[in-house]
Amino acid sequence: MSGADGAERLIRELELESAYESDDVPRVPRFGHGSRVPGWDRAADLDKDPAEIPDPERVEVPPALREEIELHMSHYPDRRSAALPALAAAQRVHGWCSPEAIEQVACVMRVTPAYLESLSGFYDMLETSPAGRHSVYVCTNISCSLRGADALYEATARAVEGDENVNVRSFECLGACDIAPMASVDGVYVGPLSPEDVPAMLEDIHAGRDVLPEKQLARRLVADPHANSREFPEHPVHRLTIPGIDPEIPAERAAFGPVADEDRGEQTAPLEPQPEHGEEDKS
Amino acid sequence: MEASAASRIGPLLLADIDEPGLNTLEVYERRGGYSSLRKALAMDPEQVLAELEASGVRGRGGAGFAMGKKVSFLPKGSMDKYLVCNADESEPGTFKDRELMQKTPHTLIEGIVIASYAAGTNRSFVYIRGEYVLQADMLDAALEEARDAGYIGEGILGSRHSLSLVVHRGAGAYICGEETGLLDSLEGKRGNPRLKPPFPANQGLYQGPTLINNVETLATVPAIIHMGGAEYAKLGVETSTGTKVVSVSGHVRRPGNYEIELGIPSREIIYDLAGGPPEGRSIKCWFPGGSSSPVLTADDLDVPYDFDSMGKAGSMMGSGAIIVVDDSTPIMEIALKTAKFYRHESCGKCTPCREGTNWTVKMLERIDEGLATPVDLEIMASVQEHIIGNCLCVLGDAMAMPIGSMIAKFRDEFEAHMERARIAHGLGDDEMALTAQGTLGVPASGELDVGLHPPTREGDRAPGAHAGEPGTQKGGV
Repeated sequence: MSGADGAERLIRELELESAYESDDVPRVPRFGHGSRVPGWDRAADLDKDPAEIPDPERVEVPPALREEIELHMSHYPDRRSAALPALAAAQRVHGWCSPEAIEQVACVMRVTPAYLESLSGFYDMLETSPAGRHSVYVCTNISCSLRGADALYEATARAVEGDENVNVRSFECLGACDIAPMASVDGVYVGPLSPEDVPAMLEDIHAGRDVLPEKQLARRLVADPHANSREFPEHPVHRLTIPGIDPEIPAERAAFGPVADEDRGEQTAPLEPQPEHGEEDKS
Repeated sequence: MEASAASRIGPLLLADIDEPGLNTLEVYERRGGYSSLRKALAMDPEQVLAELEASGVRGRGGAGFAMGKKVSFLPKGSMDKYLVCNADESEPGTFKDRELMQKTPHTLIEGIVIASYAAGTNRSFVYIRGEYVLQADMLDAALEEARDAGYIGEGILGSRHSLSLVVHRGAGAYICGEETGLLDSLEGKRGNPRLKPPFPANQGLYQGPTLINNVETLATVPAIIHMGGAEYAKLGVETSTGTKVVSVSGHVRRPGNYEIELGIPSREIIYDLAGGPPEGRSIKCWFPGGSSSPVLTADDLDVPYDFDSMGKAGSMMGSGAIIVVDDSTPIMEIALKTAKFYRHESCGKCTPCREGTNWTVKMLERIDEGLATPVDLEIMASVQEHIIGNCLCVLGDAMAMPIGSMIAKFRDEFEAHMERARIAHGLGDDEMALTAQGTLGVPASGELDVGLHPPTREGDRAPGAHAGEPGTQKGGV
């Protein structure tokens, strides 16, 4: 049987979920102290067949996404090398590496969804659960935390509470310790920031403006006093421009750059492909 | 032969780096860009390699391996050979490659083409970390220009050398900066390091011979060809030639990138260039080469900043990232941040690293919760010892070395912190013995041989506990 039957899978997951809540299904015994692996305590459906390489006739892939993935694949001797750029592209369309996004990438790349999920679970910039469209990575590594990054992160996280559009994460060293404490807002580095800068930063994000232009890393001159033999003006601000996307369109951006304009309403992302013959499964 | 600031030559990599438009081909060429490439293509590949070897330039990414030697390891003959530029700059405290790629991407491209000519590689990749959006965009734009101008492609500048170049964006994983982890990631897998040997020079990307170099190393190549290897070797000190871009951060007044001649006293970098710690503070410790390097203290400020001197001082120059910590910061905080970082970034392939980083964090947290006793420091030190050298890559070592050095150098502070935490959590001196004996079950005296840092104060020891293997203990009450 085909393992990728969306309806069955969805219902089985829902059943498991509710059984799990009511303690009917015993938790898989794990270390008492818990594991640091995300999802370690989620129930697993061991009866499920592994998903196969999706059937191109069944899976609808947005043409632009397909084109981008195929372009990436053409760059490498082995098509699998394009997996990261392809997942990044799919995340830009879907907001996160949803089962639907994974299925589409798997379909174009001719690899199994499991192969791609092993990647999305490994790399920090790939989201494995629905996430806000705008990403704010606050660096909380040593250099930044020496200069108050933890307070900055807390202030930012508090300020976006209940805001589903903004995905705030504390991140490992982003490589900008010269502007510590700093954050990467949709890929644009800003700093040094203090908790007082947070409201203005969020305002810029929501308005689709350049984020804190005064504080952008892109503008800064090198610190070494011996480097420049004469005075130079500051550099221009960092505008995200990805070929094919009109920079004039108010930016709806994600971690990997601008995203396709798409109103998702209440739901942040689709969970599964729509069931095609769902009636018979309602047992 | 010690270099000093007085003998400072003009910067090689950062020279006029803020000139508007340097990221474009027009300005770069006006400033003499790609002339080194023309010079190199007029020579034999062997001659170019000889220049690189004569320059004595050592890798700028962390390990400090001689670049010329690395190139010479690649087998000769016609086969698919690859050059990979490691731009996955993730070592905490390091941000030199970021500035180079953002402001003068053509220097890197020129270096890649020259190095590929010397190594006989025809395909090249720049693996840049996904967070560097601006830098990757700059590289992509520069690459487009270079391709149009014939610096990349078939028969470069009328020679018989051909090269393709792809900018590959990562997606956020520290381990992909490790060379074999990077190769796996570039092949589209999880970034798990590989067993070595075979080394990448023999079997690397797609199982072909692969040369992997850091951004700064490759960006130095045009300058070496321009000056001549022998001339370049006159810069710096005998075993560490040339200039280095040093990223200074943390508690200094002017954090940023500074290009220095290798071998100048570290004090000059931290105080004269970066301005030293803020008013009224003094240096408690500093990482000389990113968070993976063992910490040094204020006593080591006069150690010359070069590969071998740093090694002799018990640390390493690593990627050239100095992180300064002043006396207002508890060492516990630094240790915990460091350990948590490596726990998060451990790929999980090798047990000593996966478990060692995890348990080190747990033990440090125990200290903060007032549940630790001084013997925990012994256990922690022994965990570090058991990580070092026992994994496929050095990520675990990169935590073990700084944590080990912190325990060695700031033992008193760890113990004082423990004591304060115990009192704050309502645990007095009497219970300390009980905890050590009853729940930890670790030997109280010399039975536990950890070698690294033998305890100095007998009074800290609980009497009469039974022996047990460290690491098999169940913590907690």
